[in-house]
Amino acid sequence: MNAVEVTDLTVAYGEKPVLWDVDLDVPKGVLMAIVGPNGAGKTTLMRTILGMVKPAAGQALVHGRPYEEQRLLVAYVPQRGSVDWDFPTSVLDVVLMGRYGRLGWVRRPGSEDRAAAREALEQVGMSELAGRQISQLSGGQQQRVFLARALVQHAEVYFMDEPFQGVDATTEKAIVELLRALRARGKTVVAVHHDLQTVPEYFDEVTLLNVRRIASGPVSECFTEENLRRTYGGRAAFFGTNGA
Amino acid sequence: MPELSLLGLALLSDYTLRTVALGSAALGITSGALGTFAVLRRQSLLGDAISHAALPGVALAFLLTGSKASLVLVVGAALAGFLATLLVIGVVSTTRIKYDTALGIVLSVFFGFGLVLLTLIQRRPDASQAGLDRFLFGQAAALLQSDLVTMGILGGAALLLMLLAWKELKLLAFDEDFGTSLGFPMRALDVLLTALLVVAIVIGLQTVGVVLMAAMVIAPAAAARQWTDRLGTLAALAAGFGAAAGVSGAVLSSETERLPTGPTIVLCATAIVLVSLLLAPRRGLVWRELRGRRDRRKLRLAAVLADLRALELQHPGDEHGHSAGVLSVMSGGAEASLLELHRRGLVKRLGPDAWTLTDAGRTETSR
Repeated sequence: MNAVEVTDLTVAYGEKPVLWDVDLDVPKGVLMAIVGPNGAGKTTLMRTILGMVKPAAGQALVHGRPYEEQRLLVAYVPQRGSVDWDFPTSVLDVVLMGRYGRLGWVRRPGSEDRAAAREALEQVGMSELAGRQISQLSGGQQQRVFLARALVQHAEVYFMDEPFQGVDATTEKAIVELLRALRARGKTVVAVHHDLQTVPEYFDEVTLLNVRRIASGPVSECFTEENLRRTYGGRAAFFGTNGA
Repeated sequence: MPELSLLGLALLSDYTLRTVALGSAALGITSGALGTFAVLRRQSLLGDAISHAALPGVALAFLLTGSKASLVLVVGAALAGFLATLLVIGVVSTTRIKYDTALGIVLSVFFGFGLVLLTLIQRRPDASQAGLDRFLFGQAAALLQSDLVTMGILGGAALLLMLLAWKELKLLAFDEDFGTSLGFPMRALDVLLTALLVVAIVIGLQTVGVVLMAAMVIAPAAAARQWTDRLGTLAALAAGFGAAAGVSGAVLSSETERLPTGPTIVLCATAIVLVSLLLAPRRGLVWRELRGRRDRRKLRLAAVLADLRALELQHPGDEHGHSAGVLSVMSGGAEASLLELHRRGLVKRLGPDAWTLTDAGRTETSR
């Protein structure tokens, strides 16, 4: 059984198709990048799998069942820029939000949750900043907090929307280490990624997406110039530079 | 202070005053605490729309039932306020009109309709309608014990629900998408929060009035945000500020002739906001100005020291020192800085206007 199986997924906003008849299999225990130009539907694909967008057709399964039944197996890292970092709360508090799904309604996080949150902060190298107000974090630190929040979900499949967006080199390295550690423990990671150059180094599998799925599979087979040209159209020239 | 203890005594003994104080404290606590979420979600103006939209609800409730019981009017106000919110959401999702425009349209249409109804009611020959116009600008002195019970029960229930759904509401305010991914019904939580906000607003309408009630939602939270970086403290502080503004304004207006309650309460809330904007540590204007001055002075001193060091390196073996004029050309207004550096033993005087670094000053520049 695959970690994620998407079949015939079609999503449209109004009349404009954002995803068209997309099939996608993510084997367990791999790191997969989703790449494609702006507006290719990468984020939408992720949000549809996670039940935030209703598809016009098709379905997505996580570990063989619809996402609604498998929430505890899934962790999600939204784009860093999607929240207000001036919100009055602390680093530890944001990480604890990763436990809310397990806690269910009304119940507050307890000492066990706090311990899990501190452990996750340690894994992303942020232990000392647990009590810090989140507005005082750098971009890289914000991303680490979001990753820690996903880690405390103790999930099997991790969906990350541009985890490397706007982070410094040290953080990028730390995130790569973290992804590999997750893979070593048999976890699956699916990440929207923008930097084509680093795809072969960071990921095992890749999905090239531009409304339709152009190719999907091991990087060595799918990450070809031909496929990239088909994905990015005339703009394939920037393969080898810093991707869009 | 004798006046204060006198006021305290009056609060305990005077029935009207006690009712006024308790009622306005209840409305201040509720609107302050729930306003926190409205402000954090950038929905301050939703509060304004809800309160203005409540007016036709009050008028219709009276026309339909003939009753002026606060519960009846409050229910009418709440239904109208909630309907207005639904309309705003409907307009935004079905047309190309943006959120702020939709708020403006719904607010003015409902408020206008409410004013028309109010005028019609007041033209009626019998005296039963007297006093409905207090919903415009509020009248704390008209609060009755029965109103207190209504306000207390509704406000208490709203606060209790807020506390029960605290972590879910925090999720809604901070990261709605993540909440959805965890399986919480974020749309329903949004509706819940709006409903609680409606309750917080309608229980204050009789005291503060529809025109200014939004200030009781916005001002306490805005003031409290200056003082804290924690959500729990923020809500508690906003509740406290709301109560303080409510009680002081209501008591002032009911002790003074012809002083309308709503505007007085809002002025008290404004005073709290002003003090917070000016004096709060770290975020306050005064604090920031003082820190700015300290930083600038530090920079000036460091610049003069660095200039002296540069001159020293350019003129090795020079025994005469350098004048303030030369240094001023380099970084401007050096005299005061030189005196301060002299006081700290970082520079020494070789003549009336000839300066050079001391050993300590030299160490300082190489740090």
